[in-house]
Amino acid sequence: MSPKIGVYICHCGTNIAGKVAIDEVVGFAKTLPNVAMVREYKFMCSEPGQNLIKDDIKKEKLDRVVVASCSPLMHEKTFRGACEAAGLNKYLLHMANIREHCSWVTEENAPATEKAKALIRGAVAKAALLEPLEKKEVKIHPHVMVIGGGIAGIQAALDIADSGRKVYLVEKDPSIGGHMAQFDKTFPTLDCAACILTPKMVQVGQHPNIELLSYSVVEKLEGFVGNFKATVRMKSRYVDLKKCNGCGDCWNKCPAWRVEKPKGEKKVVHNALTLGPPKAIYMPTLQSIPAVPVIDKESCIYFKNGKCQICVKTCPTGAVDHKMVDVVREIEIGSIIVATGYKLFDVTKMPQYGYGRYPNVLTGLEFEHLNCAAGSTGGQVLMENGEPPKSIAIIHCIGSRDKNYHEYCSRVCCMYALKFAHLVKEKTHAEVYDFYIDMRAFGKGFEEFYNRLLEEGVRFIRGKAAQISNEPIYPEEEGKLIVRVDDTLLGRVRRVPVDMVVLCSAIEATQDAQDVSRLLGLCHSRDGFFAEKHPKLAPVSTAIDGVFIAGCCQSPKDIPDTVAQASGAAAQAMMLAARGAIEIEAATALIDEDRCTGCRICNDLCPYHAIEFISDKKVSRVNDALCKGCGTCVAACPCSAIAAKQFKDNQLLAEIEGVLS
Amino acid sequence: MLKKPDIQREGQMDLGFVNEVAAIPGGEKIVDCIQCGTCSGSCPTSFLMEDSPRSLIYKVRAGLREEVLKSPDIWLCTSCYLCYVRCPKSIKVTDIMYALKRLSCKGRYPIQRRGYHLAKSFMKVVNNYGRNQETELLLRFFLRANPIGLIRNAFIGFNLFIRGRMPIFPHKIRQRKEFRAIVARAESISNSQ
Amino acid sequence: MALKKEYLYYPGCSLHSSATSYDDSSRAVLEALGSKVVEIDDWNCCGATAYMAIKEMTAFTISARNLAIAEKKGDHVVAPCSGCYVGLSKANNYIKEFPEVHKKVNTALAEGGLSYNGTVHVRHVMDLFVHDLGADELKKFVKKPLKDLKVGCYYGCQIIRPKNEIDSPEYPTTMEKLMEACGATAVDFVMKAFCCGGAILGTEEAIGLRLIKNLMQSAKRNGAQILVTPCPLCQMNLDAYQRRAAKKYGMKFDIPILYFTQLIGLAMGISPKKLGFGKEIVSAKSVLKQFL
Repeated sequence: MSPKIGVYICHCGTNIAGKVAIDEVVGFAKTLPNVAMVREYKFMCSEPGQNLIKDDIKKEKLDRVVVASCSPLMHEKTFRGACEAAGLNKYLLHMANIREHCSWVTEENAPATEKAKALIRGAVAKAALLEPLEKKEVKIHPHVMVIGGGIAGIQAALDIADSGRKVYLVEKDPSIGGHMAQFDKTFPTLDCAACILTPKMVQVGQHPNIELLSYSVVEKLEGFVGNFKATVRMKSRYVDLKKCNGCGDCWNKCPAWRVEKPKGEKKVVHNALTLGPPKAIYMPTLQSIPAVPVIDKESCIYFKNGKCQICVKTCPTGAVDHKMVDVVREIEIGSIIVATGYKLFDVTKMPQYGYGRYPNVLTGLEFEHLNCAAGSTGGQVLMENGEPPKSIAIIHCIGSRDKNYHEYCSRVCCMYALKFAHLVKEKTHAEVYDFYIDMRAFGKGFEEFYNRLLEEGVRFIRGKAAQISNEPIYPEEEGKLIVRVDDTLLGRVRRVPVDMVVLCSAIEATQDAQDVSRLLGLCHSRDGFFAEKHPKLAPVSTAIDGVFIAGCCQSPKDIPDTVAQASGAAAQAMMLAARGAIEIEAATALIDEDRCTGCRICNDLCPYHAIEFISDKKVSRVNDALCKGCGTCVAACPCSAIAAKQFKDNQLLAEIEGVLS
Repeated sequence: MLKKPDIQREGQMDLGFVNEVAAIPGGEKIVDCIQCGTCSGSCPTSFLMEDSPRSLIYKVRAGLREEVLKSPDIWLCTSCYLCYVRCPKSIKVTDIMYALKRLSCKGRYPIQRRGYHLAKSFMKVVNNYGRNQETELLLRFFLRANPIGLIRNAFIGFNLFIRGRMPIFPHKIRQRKEFRAIVARAESISNSQ
Repeated sequence: MALKKEYLYYPGCSLHSSATSYDDSSRAVLEALGSKVVEIDDWNCCGATAYMAIKEMTAFTISARNLAIAEKKGDHVVAPCSGCYVGLSKANNYIKEFPEVHKKVNTALAEGGLSYNGTVHVRHVMDLFVHDLGADELKKFVKKPLKDLKVGCYYGCQIIRPKNEIDSPEYPTTMEKLMEACGATAVDFVMKAFCCGGAILGTEEAIGLRLIKNLMQSAKRNGAQILVTPCPLCQMNLDAYQRRAAKKYGMKFDIPILYFTQLIGLAMGISPKKLGFGKEIVSAKSVLKQFL
């Protein structure tokens, strides 16, 4: 029985109809073989448009559908849905792209119309040869893994755990909290960061549905959506999590320092500030979760020469054990949320700012540590010599908005610069100079915060500071750091002497971002951050089904945006878990095991690692759940043993002939 | 230099001016400028300019042809390239300053800084001998642009002379004729643009 | 690491008039280190910064004439003068990057029977010591270490900008390593990579004197007894105008300005006369008493 094909031609408003002569194309389509019905409509993807297809399938008993409209990437799902609703196997739909491949890229009308005709002729020829395919489903494991325990990871974990599902939260540092735990206050509300974060951290520590794997890294990941297996290495703390009661005797008695100790003239070492004890056995902050210390192997005396062990002797519960080993676990999960955060740009790459050479030049994070109440100075803003500064310069855009380093804007610096200005004004009597190119105050409450700072007497200078030097030319510059800048609004070059400089250094992808993406198969966008599936409509999904991203690992952002993304990613993960099973694309590759010679060329070529070798049968087999139907193996197989469903040789050749004839 | 302040009208701006400046190889980036001020902040002589490099670039984009090409400040550029390496938009600021110098010469605007005369004298000497003869260059320049300077610097000149650092006779290249032919051809190629 | 057997040499106009010490010392040192210095034939002025200010294409063309001459003999050309280094490099880079420029340049060069294919690598003489020989290897040739001599390394602008293949464009340190290999103590100072004023000393002297004052003040404050430089124009400015700048601002500098090759040569035991000593205006005789 010959197939009955229905052809539907979309105007797409004027996108197609403005170039392609629809009437002519309709007339032409009616002349094609096996075509039972030809219709045209302004917007085929709309409800009345879809109803045209559904009604025709039912009334005219159509068994193949060709829609000539936009790219399948846009609406293949829509039209497949319409077919299915009318009772036709949804894989018997084929689309001819007469928009992105035709009307949008052809300059003249006549050639565009001819091309549309050719494309439709090809599509009809292929449709006649399409075969119905079976729907494929995979089960979804209900557990979720969150990689990264900063505010993004914490939020996502809590959301999922509160929905009643189990979450594994894997964090590479000894405590969760990430960068937010290192801040003093947050803009624009000036909330104390620790006060708003620690309740969440405690919740994570106590939640029955969250298994916290701290001081752990994911070493391997296998599997596919709904069926992942992660190998997690839980590094040894050398302190037993169960025995330790957090008393702190060990770090109080420990004689070894983990960070540089202030010596001589130096009272404050700005690039070695800590929020917890500076000793070899330490907690990152006193509010750490888990509230159990860890031993830093590099600075511990016992690991260097086998002596000391004061901590072992002091501990009242015998929790310290230098002989502990790493524990490796294999964990099964259904989906993964990556929330690995960011790091700061290394400002030594810009020697003109003197970072690392002059004292009292700090990065943004170092200045945060200085201000943090839990820090080495108790939150006081102090120079290297222990005195409060009389003047501070805050410089925007160091490493950001700079084609020599990072072209993008780091988004949060303008606001945290204002926050710093406020903190300095609050804590000291120092003069504050803020050197900016633009003031990016785009969020809720941001412009109002900027206005507040304008009224606090901060001296704003519009101009990117060109260089910092410590050699005076004029008398007022003795003993100071001098900022040279072009004040663009005054139109004059200025030399501004200050005691301390804070550099708003760029936010970058973490050091191990490349390793993480290799592990999970994630892509990077040009700026180095993880690539989202669609920048507008799918910011927390990735090209890998079942793997989601949230927070600064996707792009620089502040805390409210991070929390929103984290909840979004959690919702996506919960969606998968709630459905229990999902349908996967059926147009995958199929290996004819009778023809397969077991050469295994396809195994390594598959970009999705979807082909496995069955050793007892000595043939290769495609894992349908991982296969994306790219066709690489089909082309490579020397015995033509692999066929791509919906793209079989006869189907492809028919379409090509149709287009070219 | 300063006009009487009044409304800036669209018809007074020469919007094609930026294309003339951007015509240098790699010069199209001039439109990327966000006026951050890094160039002027780095420039060793900008503090003495009415129109710093940043300001000049803005005026070029705005189309204020006469103001820019009459500006004496373009001749204060020492080619130190600090602006060039630091510009966050990778704009070749130093090369733009050269372009402004050349456009200023071509347009025969009255040049108010002596840098023009030094460059002109240099070109004359090199075209003549194929090489620069420093003594002759300085004599030509000072006589042309700063005769009093000649007297002021006579002592330094004498000090250099007795140490053998100011030779009197020029070194001429052998293929002077061919050199001049090359120069003439290069000029005719660039004039036909 | 070692120097090549032979280098194609482009002295530039200054090295044959006001900077003969640089020419003499570079040749003497390279030859003592076992390299032959071959001056390219009938070279012309590179155009420096001045020619480019009047004519662009012609400036590229006259620079390219030298590159075409060098190309006949080899794949590189070494220029001691930072101005020539930038002038030749710029022309070279534009020719390589922009085919229209290449075409126009070759059309003009044809009038002199020359053609340039873009295969020459332009190098600065300091680069030979930094990347070919290396400071560690140089140490082995030092016979009279410059013990306790506090040397400030003044790079100037054009050896490190816009090309940065030799050192950092903001905070260079390679010349210091060379001086330390010679036994001297290298003194760091903020203005070591800032402009001396260049040609401005001739045209707007007052501005130039101010720049020189800032520079010398920085060197003196950090204890430099002597400054070395790789650029003839910097040497001229800081040497010839030093006393005038000092007088104008009521300061005293008395810091002799030499070429880095002169100090290297001195440390290697080459005679001061061969290295062009005695031509500087601020005399180095007293500071270098024990080494001369």
